Amino acid sequence: MTSHREISLNYLILAVFSVVSLWPVVTILTSAFGPASSDAGAGIAGLHPENFAAAWEEGHFTQYMTTSVMVSTLVVVLAVVCSVLAGYAFGTMTFRGSGVLFYLFLLGIMVPAEVIVVPLFFDLRRLGLIDTIWAVALPQVAQSIAFGTYWMRTYFRSSNRSISEAARIDGASSGQILLRVQVPIARPAIVTLVVLLFMWTWNEFLIPLVMSPSGKMRTAPLGLAFFQGRYSTNTALMGAAAVLVALPVVIVYLFLQRHFIRGMVEGAVND
Amino acid sequence: MAPSSARSRAADRERRSGGRHSASHGHAALTPYLFILPAFSVYAALILYPLARAAQFSLFSWDTISPAVFVGFQNYVDLARNEELRNSFVHAFVLIFFYSVLPLSVGLVIAAILNRAKVRGMTFFRTVIFLPQVIAMVVVAVAWTRLYSTDGSINALLDLVGLGSLSRAWLGDYLFALPAVGLIGSWVETGLVTILLLAGMGRIPRNQYEAARLDGAGAVRQFFGVTLPSVRGEIAVALTLTIVAALRTFDLIYMTTQGGPGTSTTVPSYEVYYQAFQLSQVGTASAIGIALTILIFGINLVINRIADKATNDVAS
Repeated sequence: MTSHREISLNYLILAVFSVVSLWPVVTILTSAFGPASSDAGAGIAGLHPENFAAAWEEGHFTQYMTTSVMVSTLVVVLAVVCSVLAGYAFGTMTFRGSGVLFYLFLLGIMVPAEVIVVPLFFDLRRLGLIDTIWAVALPQVAQSIAFGTYWMRTYFRSSNRSISEAARIDGASSGQILLRVQVPIARPAIVTLVVLLFMWTWNEFLIPLVMSPSGKMRTAPLGLAFFQGRYSTNTALMGAAAVLVALPVVIVYLFLQRHFIRGMVEGAVND
Repeated sequence: MAPSSARSRAADRERRSGGRHSASHGHAALTPYLFILPAFSVYAALILYPLARAAQFSLFSWDTISPAVFVGFQNYVDLARNEELRNSFVHAFVLIFFYSVLPLSVGLVIAAILNRAKVRGMTFFRTVIFLPQVIAMVVVAVAWTRLYSTDGSINALLDLVGLGSLSRAWLGDYLFALPAVGLIGSWVETGLVTILLLAGMGRIPRNQYEAARLDGAGAVRQFFGVTLPSVRGEIAVALTLTIVAALRTFDLIYMTTQGGPGTSTTVPSYEVYYQAFQLSQVGTASAIGIALTILIFGINLVINRIADKATNDVAS
């Protein structure tokens, strides 16, 4: 019953939407590869990849990228370990207060960073933690745990129980079963969690902005904001710096896009 | 973070149906609590405790130097009286139109049309339209600042179609800066909403459309009679995700307009930061933060109530 007209219409929509989605991306890439100044020369086939080296150097991205990698690693590792443990308990064990406790975690998915960041700044300052990696990472670990616990609980509730039963009869403890039996099977769910948390942490802006006023623990997105303050008129260097900041997540996305889309879309609907 | 509280609905259902497993597995009574302890300690110390502290701060007047003075609900009264702060919430509601209503309307039409005929290239299409979701908002802001600049491609496009007289510095315009920022939000959210709806529509059995067609329903009546009722759940999730994103616009404002020109693009998220860390009005900032949190909880609750009711109506 599908007419040629309908099929053509579909292709037209796909084309228009793809162009609109890609237009800003193409714009930024064009700036990034354009000449940085009038004496930039002809470049390589008209392109100027040297902008990336210049932006990296001028923007102190060695420091910011290192900080970003450290913060992301810390957040992902701590949050995934805590979430798997908690999600396993909520998903497979019955205990008093589990309902209320789980509800508290769900609440955390909705609490905006804006409201907690103000008291956290003053309380962490009193503890001498401001401008340390802990002030930047720990609030994000907590946010990630709220989502991660929910995510892993959903997974463990639907996971195959009989394997655990068999292991239990063999005398394995809950900890051993989780580590040796359940975690290897749960790998796809854990990978999805890892890529989502990595993306959210890498792209986070408000928490590192507030928690590192001196700039000592400035992450890559903040480096870009800082860069914009000084180089806003140099579109080539700005473009190159922006591409550098976006690149790590985009690369992971291109390889593992099904995990991104499943995590953010299908996971939200299917439960 | 992407909050979703269609999730809390699912949790509710699960809880009512009761846990599947009894405690007879011989767990030591403490085991589950030990498993939860690390997650709960971090979560309680860095989300629950600060949330309570924010509520406490919001009842004080504190400039970070002199001692804090208890003022009761005065900060909230000021919030309602101060035109600039009140407007920041009005701006947030304008952004909801651009982040939520517009992407949902466009997404519904696009997904419905795409769902009627299967075409090739859908995987590529999904990858492309989801891309704005994974690009850091600061980078999105840099790209769009470029597009909106006086020599950017928006103005070039207007020139091309003979509307060159309309061209301007969009983000510096009192009237157009807010819609301009809003459209960036539309660009970010439309792909997500469309993919959500496509997934939902893909699950509708084909024979429902056959039946409607036999009843003489055209494309439009099929859309309202079959498609729309079937994707209620997806619409609820899409609304929740995008409204929360609109209410939490911070990076974008910080990078593109800093609330200006004047105060024409201030939003609650930006005001929290500005009041607390630029003006040292910690009480006011906390009151805005708490108001924002209540608003987000409230909207989540209302959307889920409506979605639940609609689902029950269909079921009965």
